Amino acid sequence: MNWTQLLTDIAAIIAVSAPLIIATMGIYLSERAGVINLSVDGSMLLAGMTGFAVAYTTNSVVLGFVAAALVGGLIAALIAYLGVSLRISQTAIGFVLALLCTDLSSFLGNPYVQQTGPAVPAWSIPGLATIPVLGQLLFRHDAVIYLSLVLVPLIAWWMMRTRAGLIVRGLGERPDALFARGIDVIRWRYVMVIIGGVLIGLAGVAYTLDLKQGWTYRHIAGTGWIALAIVIFGAWRPWRILLGCYFFAALQTMASRLQDNTWQIPTQVLQVAPFVVMILVLAVVNSLGAPELQRWINRLPLPVRRMIRFLASPAPAALGQPFIQQ
Amino acid sequence: MKTQFVALRTPIIAMVVALTITAVLLLLAGADVFAAFGVLLTGALTTPSRIADMLMLLAPLLLCAVGLTMSFAAGQYNLGIEGQITVGGVAAMWFLRGYQDGAPVILYWIGAVLCGMLMGALWALLVALLKRYMRVSEIFAGLGFNFVALGLALYLVFGPWKRPGVASMSGTEPLADALWLPTVTGTRLTLVTPILAIMMLAIVWRLIRHTHWGLQVRACGLSALASVRMGVPATRRTLEAMALCGACAGMAGALQVIGVYHALVPNVASGIGLMGLLVALLVRADIRWVAAVALFFAVITSGSIQLPLTLSIDSSISGVLQGLIVLAIIVARARRGEEAA
Amino acid sequence: MHVSIQQLNKSFGPVSANQNITIAFAAGQIHGILGENGAGKSTLMKLLSGVYKPDSGQIFINGNAVTLGTPRLAVQIGIGMVGQDPLDVPVFSVLENIACGMQMPNDADIRQQIIHWSTTLGFPLSPDQRMRDLTVGQRQQVEIVRLLIAGSHVLILDEPTTGITAAQVEALFTALKTIVTTGKTVLFVTHKLDEIAVLCDTVTVLRAGQIVGTQMAMPISKETMLTAMFGEFLNHPNAGAKSIPTDAPRWQLKDTMLHDATFVLGPFNLSLPKGMIIGLAGLEGSGQRIFMQHLAGTFYPDRGQVHFNGQPLTRANPLVAWLPADRLHEGIIGAMSLSEHVLLMRDSLLAANQNATEKAAQLIADYAIKATPDMPLQQLSGGNQQRAMLALIPESAQGILLEHPTRGLDTVSAMAIWQRLQVRRDNGATVLFFSADLSEVMQYSDAVLVFFGGQVSRLLARDTLSEEVLAALIGGVGFAEVSA
Repeated sequence: MNWTQLLTDIAAIIAVSAPLIIATMGIYLSERAGVINLSVDGSMLLAGMTGFAVAYTTNSVVLGFVAAALVGGLIAALIAYLGVSLRISQTAIGFVLALLCTDLSSFLGNPYVQQTGPAVPAWSIPGLATIPVLGQLLFRHDAVIYLSLVLVPLIAWWMMRTRAGLIVRGLGERPDALFARGIDVIRWRYVMVIIGGVLIGLAGVAYTLDLKQGWTYRHIAGTGWIALAIVIFGAWRPWRILLGCYFFAALQTMASRLQDNTWQIPTQVLQVAPFVVMILVLAVVNSLGAPELQRWINRLPLPVRRMIRFLASPAPAALGQPFIQQ
Repeated sequence: MKTQFVALRTPIIAMVVALTITAVLLLLAGADVFAAFGVLLTGALTTPSRIADMLMLLAPLLLCAVGLTMSFAAGQYNLGIEGQITVGGVAAMWFLRGYQDGAPVILYWIGAVLCGMLMGALWALLVALLKRYMRVSEIFAGLGFNFVALGLALYLVFGPWKRPGVASMSGTEPLADALWLPTVTGTRLTLVTPILAIMMLAIVWRLIRHTHWGLQVRACGLSALASVRMGVPATRRTLEAMALCGACAGMAGALQVIGVYHALVPNVASGIGLMGLLVALLVRADIRWVAAVALFFAVITSGSIQLPLTLSIDSSISGVLQGLIVLAIIVARARRGEEAA
Repeated sequence: MHVSIQQLNKSFGPVSANQNITIAFAAGQIHGILGENGAGKSTLMKLLSGVYKPDSGQIFINGNAVTLGTPRLAVQIGIGMVGQDPLDVPVFSVLENIACGMQMPNDADIRQQIIHWSTTLGFPLSPDQRMRDLTVGQRQQVEIVRLLIAGSHVLILDEPTTGITAAQVEALFTALKTIVTTGKTVLFVTHKLDEIAVLCDTVTVLRAGQIVGTQMAMPISKETMLTAMFGEFLNHPNAGAKSIPTDAPRWQLKDTMLHDATFVLGPFNLSLPKGMIIGLAGLEGSGQRIFMQHLAGTFYPDRGQVHFNGQPLTRANPLVAWLPADRLHEGIIGAMSLSEHVLLMRDSLLAANQNATEKAAQLIADYAIKATPDMPLQQLSGGNQQRAMLALIPESAQGILLEHPTRGLDTVSAMAIWQRLQVRRDNGATVLFFSADLSEVMQYSDAVLVFFGGQVSRLLARDTLSEEVLAALIGGVGFAEVSA
């Protein structure tokens, strides 16, 4: 067993997953509040392209990130307005915006194709970086990757342990109940969707200025859909989503390692495996949540019930549904 | 008459808004706005070769849009359409690989198209069944199956069906020359494809608007509760509509393999399904407009290919225009109180 | 907290739900709010709890004029409502559900408060239980505790005893009596006369949107309450008639229990004969709707079986027509025309060579529907939509289930509809209908089923009833004797 290679690989997986983690967290925040943002794929492309363009023109990585955050936030604000205020189908808008933003990124990004721009500088943390094993894995990356490392614990803590997080969870489950308690459902949803959009924008530029530097035609297309799938795969729980991101990156690394097919598993199978798992998860989770099955499940002993509930945590009950204020 | 005019007013305003924003974007990119629009609208119509290419895009687009009209009529968002095109191509290729020199070609073509339709229908049915019986959102199931279909195609292209020598993204081992569909001289246009597309348009038109079956499907899409109350077999109609949509998509995929690529390429669908979804979102199950909108989209998409050469701007502006039009119309409808969740 | 209302008005379109409501509720008392279906009690409570905004009039709290109109304002002032299906979040724990939206920042404090109130009120609540594992009665208890912790001074309870056990009712009443001793005000909306007698200090009666009996101090006789609720009782002459046949019934329900989201109906045994019009009486929401939906085959009972024409009913039967009250979303397809509806139902409506448009025109003429055969039904007025739905009942229908059959229709149209239903009855169909109007139930029924407290009565021959008796039964008086 080549330990050095393994360590390098794991460090690489941690690094490569960073944008995906940021994107999935953005989707998570929005969906927990009950709003689907299907435009992720397009948003990431458009924000990534904009971030790169700005950084290239101003030679400032920071400005690039700010621009990307703005783009992601603006697209999300549009979705919030159309989906939450005007109550248009979130599926339809998200999908159209995904295509629109993809094409916009190609069109406006044309001048920047194959250009070399600034990149996020490496930033080993002094002292910690020299720790054996852990040092290489965790402390010899850059700001973006460190962000991805702290984001999940931060969001998990915020969502599960603070009052604000409690409200957000309530918004995704039963907004009527929160409205009756005097909470401004619409405003909260706007805020969460836009913050989610900012994260999605940051994820996009995390590619173009760091992990897949530069800009090419349809640069990171497809990543947004993968992020959406991972959130479902992770059953709307931050730590499981994190696991999903690492799992996916690991699969991709394995896929390129097995090009010579020593295991006889076609690499393409590995690449689509996450999606198959996602569909299976959805099928199992949703059917376990069906009312007909509920009565049967309720007759099982409590520990078994708890385990089923843990595995089969369903989507936020009000996800995607319009909220009609009286 | 007046109500018809009023009804047209909102879409016209929407079109104007979309065109204005596109114009602004063109200016930002430093292009001559009028020249650009000129290329978009007429670029595909200047030479027989270009018209042929436009028609070769229009045909599968029309097939998909027509199929999607049915799934929308049943109230379903068939986001899995790209996957259905892909597996249609896979199935067609599978059938065609059995070709022996000297066998009647026509039988193989018919067989390939039928295989494609069957496989596409099955692929769509899987999604519909998952939704109906395991309550999986058809959005995520559809997207997931798109990737699975892509994976399947990639596996075949790089694996068992690869080109002798070097496996590459340009596709599998190509079809024998005899299996290539005959083209109009000097162009890449195979007449079979547009003819089949128009046939499917006519068939689906008749189905949706002039049969009892179509009425029932439309009823399910408009109000599932009321339909069931009045004795409409809602589940069955929804599944049938989805299957037929998949069949149309599968046919498109099969024709792409036989008539355009002459091999199975991973990119069989090449965004045609997505464009079809845009068309369907625009016409919203009103089949009378499908042909016109599909033609418009095909024209500007084909025309845009020349933009990089003639005006040094990226061709994606056609996609931007399409997206803006659809978005504007959706918003316009919502403000008129018509857009349901 | 002293609540006073001056000249409150609320209308929904042409329907006036509350007119010139003027009343004051003293602190430290339990005030009963009484009224039959559609009297306006629900609207008044929603005006007080901020769900609706009044069209005109003023609300005073402790002498100060306030504007309610959003739940947030009501919460700030300290008015809270507990509905039949409490608005809670099923996946949350009791603690999370209460803490959500609460000003108190410290979870430990809330936990303490939960335990304090649970003990004081006698509710066995544990802060870490999941809301979805609780019964409706327990969820109500959580909601009451939540409102108290949030500092509510006025508690409104809307028909709280509908889905809870007798033991829970007792616990609730004890708790409410404890609560008012601290100076809080409780408004208790109910239709059950026994409960008013046991629990309330005063009774206010609403009828047709207006106050008819203000603040009457208990004790009051049931007769007085009933007269206030219904006004003059009409005299319905005996129709000369129908005793209840005992041969092969249209529907048979053996040892049946049905349920919906918040409560359970049954168990009961019933035989519904052929050729009868049966009126379902009782407060709306007492199970009439799910009863009819089970007779239609839309749902399958928890226990027991439903037999239609001797066969077990396992799914929707084309011989049974179900006409829900929400016409536009559940009954008809707004975007489609009458011809298209006829086409949809062609198997039961059209003879072999008949043309759908002609049939639609015929129905339009027969039922006096103001429409053309090709007009989308959503363009019709509510009353005409109702006529269209009735016109679409197939001739062969042997069971007809109607929710609010003549709501929104003028008297002449209503009479015409009933004439047709009577013809069908004479041809052997069994017609069940729920109406909020007691007189309509009395006038057109051959027999009546009363729904009260999660139970159904026996099939009562109409001639054995008077409006007074029926009104009393709806309020629970004498119900035990007629239970199925």
